[in-house]
Amino acid sequence: MKRSWSERMFDWVIIWIMVVLVLLTAYPLYYVLIASISDGSRMMAHSGLLLLPYGFHLEAYTKVLANPSIVQGYVNTLFVVCASVVLNMTVTSLAAYVLSRKNVYWNPFFTFLIVFTMFFTGGLIPFYLVVKGMGLMNSLWSLVIPFAVNTFNLIVMRTSFLAIPDSLEESAKIDGANHPTIFARIIIPLSMPVMAVMALYYTVEKWNGWFYASLFLKDRQLFPLQLILREILISNSTDLMLGTTAADQIVQVSATLQYATIVVATLPILCVYPFVQRYFVKGVMIGAVKG
Amino acid sequence: MNQTSDTNSYRRSKPAKVRGRTGGSVTDSYAIRLRKDFKLNYWLYLMILPALAYYIIFQYGPMYGTIIAFKDYSPANGILGSEWVGLANFRDFFEGLYFWRIFKNTVLLSVNTLIFEFPAPIILALLINELRNRTFKRWVQSITYMPYFISLIVICGLVKDFTNSGGLITQIIVWLGGTDTSLLQNPAYFRPIYVVSEIWQRFGWESIIYIAALSSIDQEQYEAARIDGAGRWRQMLNITLPGLLPTITIMLILRMGNLFNLGFEKVILLYNSSIYDTADIISSYVYRKGLIEFNWSYGAAVGIFNSVLNLVLLVAANYISRRVSQNSLW
Repeated sequence: MKRSWSERMFDWVIIWIMVVLVLLTAYPLYYVLIASISDGSRMMAHSGLLLLPYGFHLEAYTKVLANPSIVQGYVNTLFVVCASVVLNMTVTSLAAYVLSRKNVYWNPFFTFLIVFTMFFTGGLIPFYLVVKGMGLMNSLWSLVIPFAVNTFNLIVMRTSFLAIPDSLEESAKIDGANHPTIFARIIIPLSMPVMAVMALYYTVEKWNGWFYASLFLKDRQLFPLQLILREILISNSTDLMLGTTAADQIVQVSATLQYATIVVATLPILCVYPFVQRYFVKGVMIGAVKG
Repeated sequence: MNQTSDTNSYRRSKPAKVRGRTGGSVTDSYAIRLRKDFKLNYWLYLMILPALAYYIIFQYGPMYGTIIAFKDYSPANGILGSEWVGLANFRDFFEGLYFWRIFKNTVLLSVNTLIFEFPAPIILALLINELRNRTFKRWVQSITYMPYFISLIVICGLVKDFTNSGGLITQIIVWLGGTDTSLLQNPAYFRPIYVVSEIWQRFGWESIIYIAALSSIDQEQYEAARIDGAGRWRQMLNITLPGLLPTITIMLILRMGNLFNLGFEKVILLYNSSIYDTADIISSYVYRKGLIEFNWSYGAAVGIFNSVLNLVLLVAANYISRRVSQNSLW
């Protein structure tokens, strides 16, 4: 079928709108990348649009990677992410398993207990007082234990466990399997796709989280990466990192330093992003259908 | 705790029905039945124990803690030892200088975000749907989803950098005839900056749900429209858009229910005392009063006000949803 003139016009208009939209979306990210490898002094003098980097310099990156608080921040963030994902997935899936069993007396009561928290919460300040009361202040565990269950994930997981045919469980029972065996050998392997999506979501959330860290941690040694980033980006205190560099050099490097820090902190997420993107999309669907 | 909740549920299911594999007969007392049930299902009890502990401590603990809103809480006296003051904290808040300011700011910021940010992913989905080249389509999707994964700190850092005097966006405004000042020092610019950065971060990601909904539209309708001589533009307006309407309705209702649930982390990162006039919202006020100025009880009272507001809106939105479109959350 030959397309008419107006059809082709329409296609062109749409394509150009999309090109402009994509450029607008991507430009800030591109700007960060080229600014981070630019020459510091010329970056200082520059203002407005930047299309190509000023030269190719990696001093800013050397500074960032040599900085002890950024390295420490990385380590802290990795710890929080790993501990949280393991704890959260374990506790949430165990509870989801129990809630998906059909003949447990107290399940309706427990379901109510859980769903209620989705509609009414105690609020920020009482939560802070509870965490403080538990003696978790100024410890990395304060970012892990108070977030041991994610109610939304719990409900989604329960729904997906319920979808697994009873016959599988029944036949395992006849073979003498108890609940932990059924959970570990049947339910979890069959729910792997859902679990993986949730773990991914949770990883990103934890990697990017900063607010509770800023509430609960006082010791700079414990700060996750995002809090160090906040110091550099929001409070603009690059001098904290530069230490002994000569004054004129400080000004030059600090212009590119914050961009290099952004790249270093964001790269891990953006590197895995293309590979996991379709799983994330799947995750949105799960939430949409069952949430 | 465990014990109480279990006996409770026994009482709830009175007269006791002997269900499935649960132990005990009708004539046994609760305690005996509980013990029998525990013996039969002890693995289930153990498996749910961590989650139960979590909910009791970290969800219901704070709910109990809200009573400090009715007290004059000081850490030295503890929650129980502090003196009751009734509704004094609430009265202070409602009669205070800032009540109308933060209330108005919260409503305006939410409504502005709703009006300008809500349609963006719908438009994007409609446009992506019209792209014929599959590779280009995939690229567009990948790039527009990306900002969603960038941390809030980085986004706000970039926003601050670009709107500083001499920054990227400030320069564009200078070209358009504006002045070269830091935009975040000017109360008039806070809402546009917030909304635009919100669109940038979310529009690609939020379009996913609409793109998925597109696949359920009956392809025969397009055939029929083509035979009737409708162009692509007409097809988009008269077939695709109506096809998305159910999804749009649900998303809109969900949004309405969360109207007062604005992300305050972004506000905290972007605002400064010179733009409190437009930037300070209820939740950022709670944060500042309670956790920066250590006005615990007052902060908790404002927090309760916010929670109740959220609850009312959610219930109302759900009610409307059920009336309008059979779709509801519960």
